[in-house]
Parts: sequence; structure tokens; C-alpha cells
Amino acid sequence: MLSYEAILLLIVLGIAISVVFVLISKFLGPKNPNARKKSVYECGAEPQGSARKRFPVKFYMIALLFLLFDIEAVFLYPWAKLFRELGFLGFVEMGIFMLVLIVGLIYAWRKGALEWE
Amino acid sequence: MKVPLLSAMVFWAFAILAMASAVFVAFSRNIVHAAFALLGCFFGVAGLYLFLSADFVGIIQVMVYVGGVLILFLFAVMLTGKIRNPEKSNPSRAIPGGLVTMLVTLGLFGYLAFTTPWQVLPTVPTGPTTSQIGDALLGPYILPFEVASVLLLAALLGGVLLAGGVRGRSRLTGNEQDEAPRDSGGNT
Repeated sequence: MLSYEAILLLIVLGIAISVVFVLISKFLGPKNPNARKKSVYECGAEPQGSARKRFPVKFYMIALLFLLFDIEAVFLYPWAKLFRELGFLGFVEMGIFMLVLIVGLIYAWRKGALEWE
Repeated sequence: MKVPLLSAMVFWAFAILAMASAVFVAFSRNIVHAAFALLGCFFGVAGLYLFLSADFVGIIQVMVYVGGVLILFLFAVMLTGKIRNPEKSNPSRAIPGGLVTMLVTLGLFGYLAFTTPWQVLPTVPTGPTTSQIGDALLGPYILPFEVASVLLLAALLGGVLLAGGVRGRSRLTGNEQDEAPRDSGGNT
């Protein structure tokens, strides 16, 4: 296997730093809570209603579209790595692959799946 | 063959992470917690892929499963009707059937594990696999590669069609996030 010591070190350091920061603010930070501070944090806006309810399907739709084009990006990686070796034929092959997905993107666009209303 | 201690420790950490998260997913009563626990499972499996010298697959596992599929699962879970009471949203039903499935699978895997003549090979240092995967995808496996795009297209069309069908209903259940005007307090 390749040597992943650097990544392992990064993971360990990342976990350690976040834990240390949380602990420091827990033990050293002054605490004078009030009702407003203890309310749910919604990007600074006033929280509206309960979070325990059903999400609209459009969230799912966007996530699904993201996932599909995420997978497309996965296929692009090995191709991009070999772009020069594969030459024009590789470009055409990837072009066909992309074309099929662009058809889908146009369809989704036309159907309003990208609209947020 | 002697495995370096650090490697063995990291392997066990990933293996235990994957297994413990999977057990949590199966037994948690709260389906949102179960979906979040999948994060550990996916991540642990990604680590195991790296141990198999499958670096590309490992990174893709993090990118697609942790970054995409998990989000999709969470939104799917948030769509379900039982989400109003998340503490009881994942009742473990069909336990007898599950037990039978588990025992049969365990038997099969156990049989395979104990009857296969495992060969211990010295670890061969392998380089990055991305180039070979690209060579294979755009070379001999060009047809499956292009068909994969059709599969993705089918998933896309199916998703748009299904979600388009329930769009009318989503208004009843959804919290319509009104786009708050952002120009209220420009300069102070």
C-alpha cells in the first residue's frame, strides 16, 4: 500500500485541534446564558417553527442532481489524468459520456427541477 | 508475515469504526441518528479500501458516499412521514426474517472464510491506481463506461419525474423558505 502516514497525521491533528479548542472554550470561556443565546442557531435569523418536520422534496431533488454530477466528476478524474496520452479519441469518448448527461441536465432544467421557487 | 504495529492499529480502528457504526445504524430507534451513523460506516470502509491498495476507490468512497449519498439519505429520511417523532422513527420490525438472513449470510461467509486456502503474499508496493483505471475505462471497458452515463441519465430522469409528481403535495408538508429580502440593512 502507499504510505498514508501524512494523511493519518493530518486526521489525528485535525481531531486533536478541534477537541482542544472545544475544551479550551468550555473551561476558559465566560458563561452568562440568556434565553436568546440558548435558542437554536439558524444563521443568525430568528428560528421559525420546529425543525422536526418533513422537508420538501426539492431538497432531495437537488441532492440527487448533485450526486449524479458528483459521479460524473469521479469519471472525469482518471480521464483528466490521462488526457494527453488518450488524445483526441479519449476526448470524443468523454464527450459522448458528457453529452448523455448534459441531455439529462437540460431535461431537468426544462422541467424546473433546478428552480427553488 | 509481520504487519507493522501502526498499520495494524489503524486497520483495527477503521474496521471497528465501520462495524460499530453499522451496528448503530441497525439498532438505533432514531432514523436520523441511524443516517448520521452511516457516516462512520462509509468512512471506515473508505479506510479499508486504502488498506487494499485501492486508493482511487477509497477517495471516491469519501467523495461520493460521505459527500453525496449520505446527504441524499438524510434528505430522504427527512421526507418520510414518521420524521415528526424521530425518537420512534425506526421501529425494528421483521426481526425473525432479519435473524434468518443474518444467520444464512453468516454461515455462507464463515464457510467461505474457513474453506478458502488463503495465501499470504508479501505486500507489493503499488503506485497510484488512477491512471490504470483511466486506461481501463477509456480502453477495453469503453462500452460499460458509456453505458454508465446512460444509467446516470436514467436515474436523473427518474428522479425528476418522481419529484415532479409530488411537487404539488410538497407544498402541504414543506416549510416554504421565503427568501428574506437582504437589502434591509445595507449601510450602517
